[in-house]
Amino acid sequence: MTAMALAITACGTPLLASAIAPALGGDARRSILCLLLAISGLSAMIGGIQGLLTEPTSLILPLGLPWLPMHFRVDGLSAFFLLVIGTLLLPVAIYSQGYLKGEKRLGALAVFLPLFVLGMLGVVIADDAFTFMLFWEMMSVSSYFLVTFEHERLENRKAGFIYLLMAHLAGLLILGGFAVLYAASGSFEFSVMRAAHLFPFWATAAFLLVAFGFGTKAGVVPMHGWLPDAHPVAPSNVSALMSGIMLKVAVFGFLRVVWDLIGPGDFQWWWGALVLTAGSASAVSGVLFALQQHDLKRLLAYHSIENIGIILIGLGLGMLLAHFGHPLLAALGLIAGLYHTINHALFKGLLFMGAGAVLHVTGTRDMETMGGLIHRMPATALFFLVACVSISALPPFNGFVSEWLTFQTALMAPQLGGALLTAIVPFSAAMLALAGALAAACFVKVFGVVFLGHARSEHVAGAHEVDGWMKLGMAIPALLCLLLGLLPVMFIPLMDAIPASLLHVSLGAHLYEHGWLWLTPVDATHASYSAPVALAGMLGVGGLVYWWLHPKGCRIRRGALWSCGNPHIHARMQYNATAFSQPLRRIFAGVLRPEEHIHVERPAHKLLTRRVRYTVHVGDPAVRHLYQPLARLTLGLAKRVRHEHQRGIHAYLAWTFATILFLLVAFA
Amino acid sequence: MSGAFLQQLVDSLAALMLLVSFALLAQHRMLSVLNWFAAQGVLLAVTAVVVAYGTDNHELYISAVMTFLLKGLLLPWLLWRVIKELHVHREVEPLMNMPLTMLIALAVTLFSFHIIQPIEKISELLTRDSMAIATACVLLGMLMMITRRKAITQVIGFLAVENALFFAAIGSTNGMPLVVEIGIAFDVLIAALIFGLFFFQIRETFDSLEVDIMQSHLIQEDENE
Repeated sequence: MTAMALAITACGTPLLASAIAPALGGDARRSILCLLLAISGLSAMIGGIQGLLTEPTSLILPLGLPWLPMHFRVDGLSAFFLLVIGTLLLPVAIYSQGYLKGEKRLGALAVFLPLFVLGMLGVVIADDAFTFMLFWEMMSVSSYFLVTFEHERLENRKAGFIYLLMAHLAGLLILGGFAVLYAASGSFEFSVMRAAHLFPFWATAAFLLVAFGFGTKAGVVPMHGWLPDAHPVAPSNVSALMSGIMLKVAVFGFLRVVWDLIGPGDFQWWWGALVLTAGSASAVSGVLFALQQHDLKRLLAYHSIENIGIILIGLGLGMLLAHFGHPLLAALGLIAGLYHTINHALFKGLLFMGAGAVLHVTGTRDMETMGGLIHRMPATALFFLVACVSISALPPFNGFVSEWLTFQTALMAPQLGGALLTAIVPFSAAMLALAGALAAACFVKVFGVVFLGHARSEHVAGAHEVDGWMKLGMAIPALLCLLLGLLPVMFIPLMDAIPASLLHVSLGAHLYEHGWLWLTPVDATHASYSAPVALAGMLGVGGLVYWWLHPKGCRIRRGALWSCGNPHIHARMQYNATAFSQPLRRIFAGVLRPEEHIHVERPAHKLLTRRVRYTVHVGDPAVRHLYQPLARLTLGLAKRVRHEHQRGIHAYLAWTFATILFLLVAFA
Repeated sequence: MSGAFLQQLVDSLAALMLLVSFALLAQHRMLSVLNWFAAQGVLLAVTAVVVAYGTDNHELYISAVMTFLLKGLLLPWLLWRVIKELHVHREVEPLMNMPLTMLIALAVTLFSFHIIQPIEKISELLTRDSMAIATACVLLGMLMMITRRKAITQVIGFLAVENALFFAAIGSTNGMPLVVEIGIAFDVLIAALIFGLFFFQIRETFDSLEVDIMQSHLIQEDENE
């Protein structure tokens, strides 16, 4: 089958699922839902690979508005995102078969989960603005119902409301961007928009509208306020999809409109600088706030902000380089961003599935009550560890490759025009390095607190391993993380169709001029990286150390933990999540502004302390300094308008009169 | 008659129209408001006849007759009956004091002359000078709706706006097609009838015709809910 036929199959199966799954009952409903989603994921994956290898194909379906049939097109960019969606959707569908077992209220999930998937797939293959917005809104609205799945809790409803509000704001901005493009080209079809010539002013207007629109949906700082609230409260399989793919669909939208429809020829220098700055700010602040969380899923949600930032750093560098006439380096930045896109989809999906497994078994998301789960859930712990290493950008896993490529782009960026730009690129590279180090610290904390040590509560102590479906669902992305880390030389040529169509250059020949083993982004004299060699080195050194520490014949002796002479080992002796992040909280106190309270109980005498309680709360400054003032302003204005509404008929007439006078002045 | 004379005549009629609009705004007694409203209708009919003669447009004679019957006689009579049946207070009860209203009216008139200036320069119609006055009359009618407390004076304000629009239509197009005029005339008639019915209904429900009291009733109902 062609790529287009597979893409349409991938879109059709979720539609079928949302139609028939609610009608079934019990286990059949769950199985059919998961099976159809898995088929959809598989066909999206194969279709994506095929689309990357073949020429673009188009299809016009006589659906929708009478004068505007739906246009679909699978080109390199959409094929790549089809691949991203399919690669995560397949394991998540398998995982859901286990995760949803025993879930009583599957009805809402059975309708909205497939529609959500359909929305994402539709956005990716849409070839006119109307179809794009239709599927985009389908994605936003159906994910709202997934966020408010457990709607009996107030915090979930609040998170859902903020999510819906921000999603609509984003939709409005994107619609504005398309309106500008429509005005310039006179057609809703992307092919016409692509060919149309834009005046710099209108190109800038369209860029700003879509950048803020897609940025809001992708969770770029400071429009990220909805993300840490909405992602944790959805069911974990949905969180995996939302964080793993939905944010990527926003990245896709940005690429489609800015890189494809507006085109690199119209880039202005400050566009790239803006994207780069937003990316750097997201990367660092995302990880800083992630470190201060003790809700496992909320922590992961903040890391999504960080990773979107890393993707944007790659894309922003690409935009700068494309403007200053270095298409080959721009292609490298683009590839780095795209590579991180699929990597983040894989390891963040895996992390959310792991967190979901923990939540499923223990019933809590609070890291302060966990601990020692590696003994009770060894397989989950292994997969989770793979994802932790990947997201911390350590070789030989995939996170390292994409961050390394981003670094290479930044380091090879030659002197760009002006001192400001020459300063901003190394600065963002430094921010990227800081974010990487902090992310590693954060995942040491996550893995240490959740899986190592002793259990901190009863229900965590009684945890057990999850079933085979969930394990299989987590094993696939874990394996892919390793493969993408080991064989970037195989995978990057596959993505070559995208820079070929957007920038009219090909990275192809350079990449593996030193054979399949070495990845050489531009020139072997500059830098090259070989994951298999690195892995072999690590295994070799590790084996030598092991051999040196455990010579042949020396038995392994297991003894009690040394507890500084204290006879009892208690779970509260361990570092917990709050304690682990204390040093960083001190260092970055200026940014984080923690609200700390120390409460000392001394009932008898001031020297006899019975109990010391330390509580800390780290609020999001964007919420405090941007969202809340905005909300207050809006409510205040609404109050005044409401007051005006109750003024009676004379006031209405006076307003009408004033309006007529104003219009006469304005148009006469 | 010569063109210049007709021009003078139409201009004088327009001036009278403006005068009547001011007079409507300045009245203290309800019955005199009604009389001036009837005068406005008659003036409108006369203007239509003059323009019909000047432009040799026979359809305009018909609409002149209709205007006279409807706006000069029928509507004032209907409103007079409503006032009598409902025992409406004979004072007009303005929200704003008269001198201030007149000053605003003056400003609005100047404003409309200023606005219409560019149009008068390019127009070659017999009635081109009357455009500014028609606009001023529309705005004065609206001013009347804003500054009066009784519902019935607001309706008269509305009908005055309608008259001014008709005047503008004669002035700017030498008369609309007859079909359109008949349609509009019917609309106005129906509107007046509906207003009349509403007055009775409102009076039964709220025991008053003052819009502020109606509103306070509504707000109280809201609070009771």
